[in-house]
Amino acid sequence: MELCESPIRELHRRRLAREISTAEIARSVLGRIERYETRVRAYITLTTGDVLSGAEAADAKLARGEPVGPIEGMPLALKDIFITAGIETTCGSRILKGFKPPYDATVVERLKAHGLNLLGKTNLDEFAMGSSTESSAYGPTRNPWAFDRVPGGSSGGSAAAVAAGEALAALGTDTGGSIRQPAAFTSLVGLKPTYGRVSRYGMIAYASSLDQGGPITRDIGDAALLLNVISGHDPRDSTSARRPVPDFTRYLQGDLQGVRVGLVREIGQAGQLDPEVGLALQANLETLRALGAEPVEISMPSIEYAVAVYYILAPCEASSNLGRYDGIRLGPRAAGASDLRELYRKTRQQGFGAEVKRRIMLGTFALSAGYYDAYYVRAMKIRELLREDFRRAFARVELIAGPTSPIPAFRLGEKLDDPLQMYLTDAYTLPANLAGLPAVSIPGGFTRAGLPLGLQLMADHFREDRLIQAAWAFEQATDHHRRRPALS
Amino acid sequence: MEFEPVIGLEIHAQLATRSKLFCACPTEFGQAPNANTCPVCLGLPGVLPVVNRRAVELAIRLGLATHCTIRLDSQFARKNYFYPDLPKAYQISQYDRPLCERGWVEIAVAGEPRRIGITRIHLEEDAGKLVHEGRDPTASYVDLNRAGVPLVEIVSEPELRSPEEAKAYMEKMHALVTYLDVGRGDMEKGNLRADANISLRPRGSDRLGTRTETKNLNSFRFVQQALAYEIERQRAELLAGRPIVQETRLWDALGKTTYSMRSKEEAHDYRYFPEPDLAVLRLEPALIERIRAELPELPDAKAVRFQRDYGLSAYDAAVLVADRATAEFFDATVGHGADPKRAANWITVELAARCNEDRASIADLRFGPERLAEMIAMIGRGEISSRQAKTVFDHLYATGRAPAEIVREQGLSQLSDAAALEGLVAKVLAEHPGQVEQYRAGKTKVLGFFVGQIMKATGGQANPALLNDLLRRKLA
Ligand SMILES: [Zn+2]
Repeated sequence: MELCESPIRELHRRRLAREISTAEIARSVLGRIERYETRVRAYITLTTGDVLSGAEAADAKLARGEPVGPIEGMPLALKDIFITAGIETTCGSRILKGFKPPYDATVVERLKAHGLNLLGKTNLDEFAMGSSTESSAYGPTRNPWAFDRVPGGSSGGSAAAVAAGEALAALGTDTGGSIRQPAAFTSLVGLKPTYGRVSRYGMIAYASSLDQGGPITRDIGDAALLLNVISGHDPRDSTSARRPVPDFTRYLQGDLQGVRVGLVREIGQAGQLDPEVGLALQANLETLRALGAEPVEISMPSIEYAVAVYYILAPCEASSNLGRYDGIRLGPRAAGASDLRELYRKTRQQGFGAEVKRRIMLGTFALSAGYYDAYYVRAMKIRELLREDFRRAFARVELIAGPTSPIPAFRLGEKLDDPLQMYLTDAYTLPANLAGLPAVSIPGGFTRAGLPLGLQLMADHFREDRLIQAAWAFEQATDHHRRRPALS
Repeated sequence: MEFEPVIGLEIHAQLATRSKLFCACPTEFGQAPNANTCPVCLGLPGVLPVVNRRAVELAIRLGLATHCTIRLDSQFARKNYFYPDLPKAYQISQYDRPLCERGWVEIAVAGEPRRIGITRIHLEEDAGKLVHEGRDPTASYVDLNRAGVPLVEIVSEPELRSPEEAKAYMEKMHALVTYLDVGRGDMEKGNLRADANISLRPRGSDRLGTRTETKNLNSFRFVQQALAYEIERQRAELLAGRPIVQETRLWDALGKTTYSMRSKEEAHDYRYFPEPDLAVLRLEPALIERIRAELPELPDAKAVRFQRDYGLSAYDAAVLVADRATAEFFDATVGHGADPKRAANWITVELAARCNEDRASIADLRFGPERLAEMIAMIGRGEISSRQAKTVFDHLYATGRAPAEIVREQGLSQLSDAAALEGLVAKVLAEHPGQVEQYRAGKTKVLGFFVGQIMKATGGQANPALLNDLLRRKLA
């Protein structure tokens, strides 16, 4: 296995033991980018110029006997939704082309304080609206496991970069599954923390009450490592939680003896699941049982409305969040407008892609006078019912398990003409966002054709520790996470 | 047909905080364009608001002073619309869960006290402004220094019945805002401005007519004038059988008219919804009680005290308390030993007139209350006459120098030294034995002749009362 395909914690152990250098790691990753990036297209912006010297700086510290943290100098990638001072931040949109922000996102500040060595900004669905990374204004990203397939979305660039060895790990954001579904499609670990665990300051907003940043990594150990760095209260984000942050790597141990794992009766009913996804799920539940877990069937009657609720609330918030892209201060302004109204219309017409426009229109409509009560208010009520369903469930079980996605990675273009089909692929991930719960997708097997499948685990608010412990136990019992795509 | 106006005011007052409502930028006025900005108030992608606690406390203070109920779980909401001075394309305001609700204030017009209901007081951020002078004369420039400056919007019930009442209500609100240190109330800088809603209905009817809203009235006079104009305009429309168009209007201060800005059809649908970037604003009852305990003496209480302790008339007391600085100046003048009625008189008449002429306020004065108290004491001691005091006051107002010094320099002091006057009197009587004879023979009006002679000799500075007294005694 090449260095660029190894987990960060293992690489860190080896560099501390002087078996390898950070520079060798960096060269391995840079070599991958050199060879495969033109085909994978994981990045919108590469900042690889300083990566080698960043790695060498870490090596110099090691040579001087100074302490070096586990991510210091390790080449990482950021979804191009995180604000980076002086580095173009596009959010996958034409409307932010050329935008070089004057400040850093809180998570970027925290990563920098731990020695961030940034490879670049990864591709995403425009403004994180999508499940395939095909709605990016900068072209689609391809799945390293099958180049004719999508890497999932919206954090598809981050997932593809890590899967291809073009980054050791990456940050993504998850509004309805945008970390977990790409992780499932590329056989990686994707962890969406509890809403409020990770600061949203400097994470370009899609749907403010649902967005949450988190890691996409090769294994749960690296996820815990990165979660340690990015978690914690941020005075600049009023929705960030004042909760103590444990050392998440402490939970990389143990088994699942006596852990009750909920299986939602309403999920995976006849016809919803791809048969191969269903088979993998059965196998994964067997593994959990073998580790000592007790499966418990639970009922969540509100879950069937999750897709509908999500596709009202997220567009409502988005329609407001995206108002600021009006051509007055940022990005390209449309030429030839004769008055203000036309300036706004033309700028937004030219600057936004079809999916973003669709969601802005959906949200604008749902918030309009006369429709607000029927859509927004009702959706908020059902969201509350769903939270209540989860409250009841987590009184009975420690974890809820299920498939991350009803289908494996689909072909590029396959669902572009049918947005509703695309929306339905999020059915299993977005309940966690609506309820603000932590959830993780871990490698859960492959189809006969070799396409990765994910196992999703959800836990109660701020119980990332349970996710990490269970994922770790599952990893010890399986080797899905050790397989790598055969790039050619 | 006789019509009755139904008027409600929405007053926007800027809160006296050092920093903006959702970021740490200063609220200072008069900076270079966009000097007071940061990523948050510029609305850059990725930024989030953080509520300024001080602004919340000030709004609660105003809410308590106006007898409102303070919500322990109020919520911010987004008001969405596009305009270049609104960088996020939404204003963070409050909608269905405002901070303060259901209060009242008392106003008095022509001595008639009336209680006016307050529907709500909520927090919101100001927008920036467009500047039309710049390098390119055809372009508009955006200055976001004001963007994010904290405001309260104070919404009255539609219970005002005349332009005079509306003016009195706005004056009352201005007094409260300044007494409470909630805002600076500087009208010329737009610190306090009103939107006036008005409709007419046949007197006696309890149905509401179609209303218009006249926006951005930044003086008490404009509120009164704009409403008076709207009453006449709407009356004429109704009498001509034309319906009133529900619309937003603007006040033209030069032409003294209102004109249409946009009709209801063009009105925005603001698509309010709860601000997801801010949690519900939860308040502890203890905080509200602490703020209540710290409320200063308010104008109504002050007016009662002025009448009770100083024997002022209700009218004088009301005039004094209408402006916090004036009331405090009066209190301090009395505190320096001045006679309260004299002090009230000087402040409400002479001082008010001069401030009015100069468009100045108490804060601009060159002299303090101790100086006015000194002058009033000199009148009391008979050192200067009331007429001379006017001259002293003119100098005091112009230079701020000590009254005693002014009197000396200007040679204004009344000759009140009985010994000195006695000599003069004896001399004049000796010089005019004929007139002395006449007086003693019963022609007492000759007294005026002697007064004139002595006034001439003293350059008019003799104390008239003392002089009359002396003359009568010497001539007896
Ligand atoms: Zn600011």
